[in-house]
Amino acid sequence: MKDAPILRSYAVLYLIFLYGPIIILPMFAFNDNTIVSFPLKGFTTKWFAEMWSDPNLRIALQNSLIIALSTATLSTVLGIFAARASVRYKWPGKTAVVGLIMVPLVLPEMIVAMALLVVLLSIGVPLSIFTIIMGHVLICMPFAVAILTSAFQSLDRSLEEAALDLGEDAWSTFRLIVLPLVMPGIMASFLITFTISIDEFIIANFLGSGKPILSVYIFGQFRFPAKVPAMLALGTLLVAFSIILLTIAEYFRRRGVAKTGGKNSGGFL
Amino acid sequence: MAQSQSSEAKTGYMLVAPPLLYAVLLLAAPLATVLIYSVLTGENGAVSLPMTTENFTTVWTGRVYQAIMARSLYVSMLVTLTTVLLAYPIAYFVSFHVRPERKALWLFLITIPFWTSYIIRVALWRTILGYNGIIDSTLIGLGVTSEPLNILSYGVVSIIITLAHAYAPFAVLPIFVSLEKVDRALLEAGQDLGESRWTTFLRVTLPLSMPGVIAAVLIVFIPTVGDYVTPELIGGGKVPMIANMIEIEMLKKRDQAMGSAIAVTAMSIVAIVSILFVLLNKRFIGGTK
Repeated sequence: MKDAPILRSYAVLYLIFLYGPIIILPMFAFNDNTIVSFPLKGFTTKWFAEMWSDPNLRIALQNSLIIALSTATLSTVLGIFAARASVRYKWPGKTAVVGLIMVPLVLPEMIVAMALLVVLLSIGVPLSIFTIIMGHVLICMPFAVAILTSAFQSLDRSLEEAALDLGEDAWSTFRLIVLPLVMPGIMASFLITFTISIDEFIIANFLGSGKPILSVYIFGQFRFPAKVPAMLALGTLLVAFSIILLTIAEYFRRRGVAKTGGKNSGGFL
Repeated sequence: MAQSQSSEAKTGYMLVAPPLLYAVLLLAAPLATVLIYSVLTGENGAVSLPMTTENFTTVWTGRVYQAIMARSLYVSMLVTLTTVLLAYPIAYFVSFHVRPERKALWLFLITIPFWTSYIIRVALWRTILGYNGIIDSTLIGLGVTSEPLNILSYGVVSIIITLAHAYAPFAVLPIFVSLEKVDRALLEAGQDLGESRWTTFLRVTLPLSMPGVIAAVLIVFIPTVGDYVTPELIGGGKVPMIANMIEIEMLKKRDQAMGSAIAVTAMSIVAIVSILFVLLNKRFIGGTK
């Protein structure tokens, strides 16, 4: 490896640009000043107390957790079906079918949200948490399929054949051999779709009939300058939480790579 | 053999049926509905029959609509250009100058910010760039300037900074993947044959990494064209883009036909730009071989 001082310093600057906002977040969440600007005034935890005292936040948090848990479960289960079908079996029309499932990745989210909204309104389905889950599963499924496809691909098919030869039926082979080996992929898919769902704003906003949902609540609060420090406190907690979740997901992904005997290269996506 | 093949296909279809059904009902059907609505007449939150192309005429010739669509394209192209230009050197650095066992760590570091709340990141840029915000107070504190710069008030610039930050990992990853595939022996050959390191980069590495660059362009361009949050929070509603316009037509004016026509137009723009880039990519690869 040649040394490249200019590129190396550029890389460091780039990381500072990427992490700048995330470092600023806790700095001002603990800063004893309503106005978010330098110089820092002193240490306080009052913004955390103020944030937590809003009952709307707790309702929003509860709603978001219900939505994210349901979305992660549903999209991961649907992802398992699609990934298994596309990796293990040969059938005509595979490219088109998988392509359709992946379409939300290349479609602006606003269009997905509006198309769903138009249909829901015309059939007369009332907007609720349930309609948000429907939308979220749609946009999370491609991520689940992508992660799980690579998990199923790294699976050694001879292990399955060995189990079948030794007298297990198809279902118990899947349960005893395939499932444990792709478990890390399933965990990673669950955690990532959970994170996407918690963060998602457009669908939560337009398919949710104004029910308090975490992202919609944060969006609304940022319009009031006095609420900004409390939102930074909330943001600090959320960022800490996602970093913990992602580290766990990365751990499972690496363990999965190690289990199937592959080489570790790359990260998510 | 033929029978086992057909039974394999059957199992495949049975497995894929649930996700496929879901995508057909909740994606294909709604998109088809929008397509049909776009040629109907819309009024008071309902659509009625006389089929018409008037919606499209209005969208394509109306001054306001044209202005907003042109701005969406202009802003998202600038964002894409900035993001990809900033991302290329970092992808190059990780691919060529980081030891193999540490590459995964670097990629993990680059992707982490992307997984933290989008709304919070966008709103943070608002407090960083805003009037007397973090940048202003830092510069005044350092004595660089005495007047607040209020970068936020230059709508487009702050949108570009925010989105270039938000979509950074999307640009780095595909470029990195294509750089990883570049055969290192070709670079040595180039240098052995008397090229300098810079000309080797221009004539070998850059063309070979073009597929990744094109992928990065598309991955950044498509969501930014349809971005709703940033124009709303950062632009303060002063720089509306296509997504904000769809919202106004669909929900505020309650004209679903017009809203659908704009959505279809937006999808067509995305599709045309994507196809252009994919063709460009093919031509590029064809030309260098």
